[in-house]
Amino acid sequence: MWFYVFRRLVGMIPLLIGITMISFAVIHLAPGSPVDMQTDLNPKASPEARLRLERLYGLDKPLHVQYMQWIGRLVRLDFGRSFSADNRPVLDKITERLPITILINALSLALILSVAIPIGVYAALRPDGMFDKSTTVFVFVGFAMPTFWLALLCMILFGVHLGWLPISGLSSPNAESLSTWPWLVDRARHLVMPVLISGFTGLAGFSRYMRSNMLEVFQQDYITTARAKGLSESKVIFKHALRNALMPVITILGLSLPTLIGGSVIFESIFAIPGMGQLFYQSVMARDYPTIMGALVIGASLTLLGNMLADISYALIDPRIRKS
Amino acid sequence: MKIREGLGGEFLRRFQKNKLAVSGGLLVLVLFLVSFAAPLLAPYDPHRIDVSQVLAEPTRDHPFGTDQLGRDVLSRMIFGARISLKVGFVAVGIAVTIGVLLGSLAGYYRGWTDSVIMRFVDIMLCFPSFFLILAVITFLEPSIYNIMAVIGLTGWMGVARLVRAEFLSLREREFVLAARAAGAGDLRIIFLHILRNAWPPVLVSATLGVAGAILTESALSFLGIGVQPPTPSWGNILTEGKDNLQIAWWLSVYPGLAILLSVLGFNLLGEGIQSALNPKLRK
Repeated sequence: MWFYVFRRLVGMIPLLIGITMISFAVIHLAPGSPVDMQTDLNPKASPEARLRLERLYGLDKPLHVQYMQWIGRLVRLDFGRSFSADNRPVLDKITERLPITILINALSLALILSVAIPIGVYAALRPDGMFDKSTTVFVFVGFAMPTFWLALLCMILFGVHLGWLPISGLSSPNAESLSTWPWLVDRARHLVMPVLISGFTGLAGFSRYMRSNMLEVFQQDYITTARAKGLSESKVIFKHALRNALMPVITILGLSLPTLIGGSVIFESIFAIPGMGQLFYQSVMARDYPTIMGALVIGASLTLLGNMLADISYALIDPRIRKS
Repeated sequence: MKIREGLGGEFLRRFQKNKLAVSGGLLVLVLFLVSFAAPLLAPYDPHRIDVSQVLAEPTRDHPFGTDQLGRDVLSRMIFGARISLKVGFVAVGIAVTIGVLLGSLAGYYRGWTDSVIMRFVDIMLCFPSFFLILAVITFLEPSIYNIMAVIGLTGWMGVARLVRAEFLSLREREFVLAARAAGAGDLRIIFLHILRNAWPPVLVSATLGVAGAILTESALSFLGIGVQPPTPSWGNILTEGKDNLQIAWWLSVYPGLAILLSVLGFNLLGEGIQSALNPKLRK
C-alpha cells in the first residue's frame, strides 16, 4: 500500500511542473501587459514610470529567466504580491477566499450524493419503469441547464417575488451584531440558493452514473450467487450491489473537482460571494498577473491532489487496484 | 456498397425508434432553420432602438417584450441563435481537429510519443476549464472569434483520449496489417484506413461538444467577456436580465429557455446517435 502511495506521489511531480508551465505560458503569451494596465489607469505615467514598473515586476527579463525566478519562489510557497491597489501577498488573498468556495462545494457535493444515490438505485431497480423514465427526463434537463440562468430564475422567484431568501452575499449587513445562533441562521439562508444551484447539474450526472453502475453490478455473478443462496432482496441490493456500485463514485468525485472549482466563477459572481471564483474573475478583469497565475496553479494542484486522494482511497477499499 | 446501405438503414431504423433521439434531432433542426431564416423570421431589426418602448412587457407587438433600449427581444434572440450555432460548430471543429491529430499520433506510434501526449492531456485536464478559458479570453480582446478559439483549444482532451483508445484497438486489426503489407505509409494508414473506422465515437462526442460549447459561450457572454453588445447573443441578453431583475422577468426567462432547449437538443441527438450506432451500450 505504501509503495502504491509513494508511486502516485512521484508520478505527480511531472504533472505539477506541467501545470506551472501552462499557467505561466497562458498569461505571458497573451498580448497586453500589466504595465499597460497600470499606466492606462494613470494617464500621467511617463515612459520612465513604465520602465520602473517593469523592473519592479521583473517583466524586462527574458521569459525563461522570469519563469525560473517564479518557480524558485513557488517552491517556497511565495506567490508574489498582487498587482492590485492593496498589494497584498497572493497566497493570503487566495487562502482567505478558498475556504468559502470549498464550503459551498462540499455542501453541494453532500447534497448531490445524498439525493443522487437513492435516485440512481431506485431507477436501476426497474429500468424503463415510470420512475426511471421520469428521472431520465430530469437528467437530460439537468445536463442542459445553464447554471447562471437557473440562478437568475431562482433569484427572481425566491428573492424578488416571494422574498424568502437573500439574493447576494454571504451574510446580512447587520450580521456582525448577531449572536451565534441567529448568525448561523443568517449564513444558512444566504447559502441555500448557491448550494442548491451549484449542485443541480451534478445531481443529474451522479444519478445517471449511479443508475448505470447499479445496472452493471446487477449483471455480476456474485449477485446471482447472493440471490441463489436465498438472501432477502433488500440485503442483495443494499449490501452486495450498492457497496460495489458505490466504489467508482470516489473516482468520479475526484474527476468532478475542476468542474466544481471552475463553476464557482459563475455562481460566485452572480450571488456576490467572496470566494475563489470571484477573486479569479476580479483579477482577470484587472490583469493581476500574480493572482491569476497563483489561482491557476493552486486550482490545478488542488485538482491533482483530489484525484490522487480519490485513487488512494479507491485502492484502500479495493485491494485489486493496489495489487495490480 | 450494398452492405454500407444496409448498415445506414439499420442505423436510421434504430434512431427513429428512439423518441428522445428524434425529439433532439427536431430541436436541432429548428435551431438551424431559425438561424438560416433569421432575417425572414425576425419581426424587427434586432438593433433598432425605440425609446418609446423601453422595457415593455410582452404584448402582441413584442411577444417576448423589449430590452432597456427598446429593442425587440424576440428578434434579438432569433439572431442570437446564429451566434450560438456558429460558436458551437467552430469551437467543436477546432477541438476535434486537435483531438483527432494528437489522439491518432499517440495511439498509432505509442511509446514516448504516446506518453508525452497523454501526460499533456492529463495536465490540461487538471485545470478548472473555466479558469483557463477566462484567463486566456481576457488577455485577448473578447470577441466571437477568440471565444471560438479558446473554447476549442481547451476542449480537445476528451476527443484525444477517445481517438487514442480507438487507434490502440484498431492498429493491430487485419485490415491495417494488410494495408501495411501492401506497402502503405504511416500517414496513409492513419488517415485513410484507421481514422475512417474510428469516427463513430468522435461524432458522438462532437455532437455533445456542440452542446457544451453553446453553454460555455452563453456563460462567458453572460459574464460580459463573451460576445460583446450590441451583437445579440442569448448570454448577453441574460446579462441585461440580471441588471433588470426586479422589473423585467422576460429578459431573463426567454433567452435562458432558448439555451436550455438547444443544449438539450444536441445532447439528446448525441446520445441518440450513440445508442443507434452501438445498441449494446444503451444500458
